[in-house]
Amino acid sequence: MKNVQKNKIKDIFLNYGVILILYFVVQLFLKSGSVSSLMKGLLVPLCIYSILAISLNLVVGISGELSLGHAGFMCVGAFFSASCSMLLKGSSLPPMLIFFIALCIGAISAGFFGFLIGIPVLRLKGDYLAIVTLAFGEIIKNIINALYFGVDKNGWHFSLKDGTAVALGEGGKWIIKGAQGITGTPKYSNFTVGIILLLLSMLFIQHFIHSRTGRAVMAIRDNRIAAESIALPASKLKLLCFTISAAIAGIAGVLYAHNLSSLQALPKNFGYNQSIMILVFVVLGGIGNMRGSILAAVVLTLLPELLRSLNDYRMLIYAVVLIVMMLFTSAPGFIAFRENILHRLFRKEVNA
Amino acid sequence: MSFISYLLNGISLGSVYAIIALGYTMVYGIAKMLNFAHGDILMVGGYAAFLAFNQMGLGIPLSILFSMAICTALGVLVERVAYKPLRSANSLAVLITAIGVSYLLQNLALLLFGANPKSFQSFVKLPALKLAGGQLVISGETMVTILVGILVAVVLLLFIHKTRAGQAMLAVSEDKGAATLMGVNVNGTIALTFAIGSALASVAGILLCSAYPTLTPTTGAMPGIKAFVAAVLGGIGSIPGAFIGGILLGVLENLSKAYISSKLSDAIVFSVLIIVLLIKPSGILGKKIMEKV
Repeated sequence: MKNVQKNKIKDIFLNYGVILILYFVVQLFLKSGSVSSLMKGLLVPLCIYSILAISLNLVVGISGELSLGHAGFMCVGAFFSASCSMLLKGSSLPPMLIFFIALCIGAISAGFFGFLIGIPVLRLKGDYLAIVTLAFGEIIKNIINALYFGVDKNGWHFSLKDGTAVALGEGGKWIIKGAQGITGTPKYSNFTVGIILLLLSMLFIQHFIHSRTGRAVMAIRDNRIAAESIALPASKLKLLCFTISAAIAGIAGVLYAHNLSSLQALPKNFGYNQSIMILVFVVLGGIGNMRGSILAAVVLTLLPELLRSLNDYRMLIYAVVLIVMMLFTSAPGFIAFRENILHRLFRKEVNA
Repeated sequence: MSFISYLLNGISLGSVYAIIALGYTMVYGIAKMLNFAHGDILMVGGYAAFLAFNQMGLGIPLSILFSMAICTALGVLVERVAYKPLRSANSLAVLITAIGVSYLLQNLALLLFGANPKSFQSFVKLPALKLAGGQLVISGETMVTILVGILVAVVLLLFIHKTRAGQAMLAVSEDKGAATLMGVNVNGTIALTFAIGSALASVAGILLCSAYPTLTPTTGAMPGIKAFVAAVLGGIGSIPGAFIGGILLGVLENLSKAYISSKLSDAIVFSVLIIVLLIKPSGILGKKIMEKV
């Protein structure tokens, strides 16, 4: 009994304590002014990618489905929340309240899209699910790139064709201007907000996993037919998991949108490449392991920046590191080799 | 008249997708993996042909052969080094490794050739065909691409159904263990599949660059994804399916660009994919697999 309690405390410390300690260490460094501006610019993205990684891990690790469209949900969260804070920017509300409203809007909209997409998609399996989620991510990016949204005295105006189709009246302003996206979003995100949101997401996900529902989801992942035979509603639970994951990705999108003053739906930030990047964090960190996801997200985000002095070679090295790490952690030959070495070392210790 | 010309251009683009998708689908059928680096092999094929033709001064046939040889060697090498050790590993690990290979090839090309686009000289020297009193112009590239597409599909089907090596491929894709027991060289067959798929990617690369003559390190990325979609649309693992899926995708993309919206064409193409998969979850010609307890 005592041991269980001890493990629980250790778990809580590893989940939240390490993040908090790192946060205070970084704050100390920031106060002493020994952090370069490049690293300062990376602090919020680190939180964003960590949140994205743990949210995708909920789908990949806990419910066992492959999703390649996670950047799409981030995109939805980013654009809905940024539109919201653009609309409220001139009002008398305090900035923190605006951000809170935008955060709720971002999470709810992304969750809603996750729900809508999840209904048909979760009927498919494996690689088919992967390609359909990839397609959804591309569709969302494509539509936002073609969307014009302006507001004037007469209300809101939308067009999917071009800017001139939206005849804005006097005093009207653009919210989303096609491929130019949103410009002039207020900067509400900072490192503290990012860490708070990361901790809250982590708390929520950990509680979800260990709840009755979470265990049911894992049972369905391990054997769907067996789980259904004890009356677990498999489709409903998978959909719930997918929706929660999308909503948390939306929160990361809110952070992203309020970190920069202009927001565009480029292939670089919301395309399938980004979704794949998030999947890489999850797989490299260990499928189903939330702490591993955060660690992988931090390491892989910092790696290209730390290699910046190598200029052109940095992405090359990144690719090689990725392949070698995958081979080292997953190839049966390498695993046997590793265990052989560990075994020998261990044996020597016993002999000595 | 303009409709026919859009349609033909669509079929031509679709033939390129189909040739890439054939490579995807063969590799998937045998190795059960999504080879995300396939699109980048296409890009390497484009650069190899460009180098052979512009720098080394080889003729067109020799340049095509050179490009195919480079891609074949590259495909087999990648399979040996990166995919073979992971053959019995988790499918996600293989997927991530393939993504790593894709990054590697793109960044190697970026280092060797720079980010500036190279202008690719068309390998097709046929004059454009003028029909209906000059109202309908069909470019040489369009005709050649469509013909090559059909030729590749027919030859591939004959190869698989009429030769020993092709039968071995079918056997390996059906059941690896049983194929080994029957004396099929599984490793050799998988290597052969990668070789054929990569050679096809090189052909697709040359055709694509002849029709759209800019060559950059990311040239292969979007066609690769589209071909992947085409392969899934037709039913992944099925060769006629990949061909039909590719043509369908190209026609849809070109027609929606012409008649609905040029900006939304990708969204329309992907929506059609989703609708098809919802009605027929294993693609147009895919096999339905029953799950047992």
